[in-house]
Amino acid sequence: MKNYALRIALCASLIAAAAVVAMNRPNYFVRAAEGQPAASTIVAVDNFTFTPKEITVPKGTTVTWVNHDDVPHTVVSTDKKFKSRALDTDEKFSFTFSDSGIYGYFCSVHPVMRGKVIVR
Amino acid sequence: MGNIIKENLNPDGVDRRGFLKCMAWAGTGTLCVMQGGILKSFALSAMNKHDVSSMHADFAFAQISDSHIGFNKAANPDVTATLREAIAKLNALPQAPEFVLHTGDLSQLSKADEFDTLDQSLKSVRTGKIFYVPGEHDVLNDNGQQYRERYGKDSKGDGWYSFDHKGVHFIGLVNVMNLKAGGLGDLGHDQLKWLEDDVKHLKHNTPIVVFAHIPLWTVYPQWGWGTDDSEQALSYLKKFGSVSVLNGHIHQVMQKVEGNVTFHTAMSTAFPQPAPGQAPSPGPMKVPEEKLRSVLGVTNINFVRGKHTLAIVDSTLQDNSTEGMPAQGEMRQ
Repeated sequence: MKNYALRIALCASLIAAAAVVAMNRPNYFVRAAEGQPAASTIVAVDNFTFTPKEITVPKGTTVTWVNHDDVPHTVVSTDKKFKSRALDTDEKFSFTFSDSGIYGYFCSVHPVMRGKVIVR
Repeated sequence: MGNIIKENLNPDGVDRRGFLKCMAWAGTGTLCVMQGGILKSFALSAMNKHDVSSMHADFAFAQISDSHIGFNKAANPDVTATLREAIAKLNALPQAPEFVLHTGDLSQLSKADEFDTLDQSLKSVRTGKIFYVPGEHDVLNDNGQQYRERYGKDSKGDGWYSFDHKGVHFIGLVNVMNLKAGGLGDLGHDQLKWLEDDVKHLKHNTPIVVFAHIPLWTVYPQWGWGTDDSEQALSYLKKFGSVSVLNGHIHQVMQKVEGNVTFHTAMSTAFPQPAPGQAPSPGPMKVPEEKLRSVLGVTNINFVRGKHTLAIVDSTLQDNSTEGMPAQGEMRQ
């Protein structure tokens, strides 16, 4: 009898422990349920060109521009929504698009360079 | 070695053949002389001291451009060294330039230490004064505030100004600020208004020299090599008999004559850029190391009063002197 009672107590405490773990890490379970890591994408700056020139991304996407040229470039929104500093070779600039819309941008140092981000 | 122009359908003193002939020498040590509306071209190799002295220049000034201090990539890992060689060329001239124009891109990234290095190097130039206009590399991140504090204290607006020297009116313009998406270089309304007022009261026979970073004529819009509102600026200069426009930005010598206006671009002291459309982009062009100094250089300008003569001489860092150079090849047409 004594052994039986002990087993029940052990089982109960294990369940309780699991519950405590679950309660302390609620986000883990919620995230696992949604299964959607934050989206990100890269636009390369090569030979005075944004590549790809036009991208379509879901809301919440972080776009990162990387300058591969030997000259500085900038990433400047035509509607003043975002603006990078001058990016030297291999430097990056990121912007997270929270709202849907069409975002035109250009390089303010070489304004013939233009690109577009479409957020759905 | 003069090539007087014989065939000309336009009243500008220049025909295509003569113009191309002059262009052919560009970058290898060329002297182009405008005399009474006639363009003559000389190769420096064919000239001797007598030719140079017979020009009786009233005064001489020089142009250097696109030093890009801070650039350290493959196209030229030591731009400070080549700037110093350019300075040595100026200091070796028989007639010291009365002043020097630097037509922009002093720095690569508008950094204080880059401007410091430039200033330190330019202290050794044997000349009265150095005048500046900014390139797009000099106004990064701060809309040109640092540039103006260092080089544009007496200037107007974004850094434009004018001055007179021995009867010639010099105008320094800024066309690298507030550039618009999809556009070229830009002078802007305020500067154009100022320019109109600046030249309004000058006599028509006053020789005009305009200098700015980006070419004030459309060289190659696909690469942004031009200025959107340059035509309006030039319309204010139509009344003058002699207008010379000196630019940088494209890191190669190009010249065009249109009516009373001579356009000229200078070599860089840092690295060459490709000819229009001859590469995927206008970025720094890597040439074999032993060739680098043949595509970098300085420009010397001699002004002869009363003859409407402005002699523009481009010489590369490699040219040792105006004498004893190997004969130049013939023009290919």
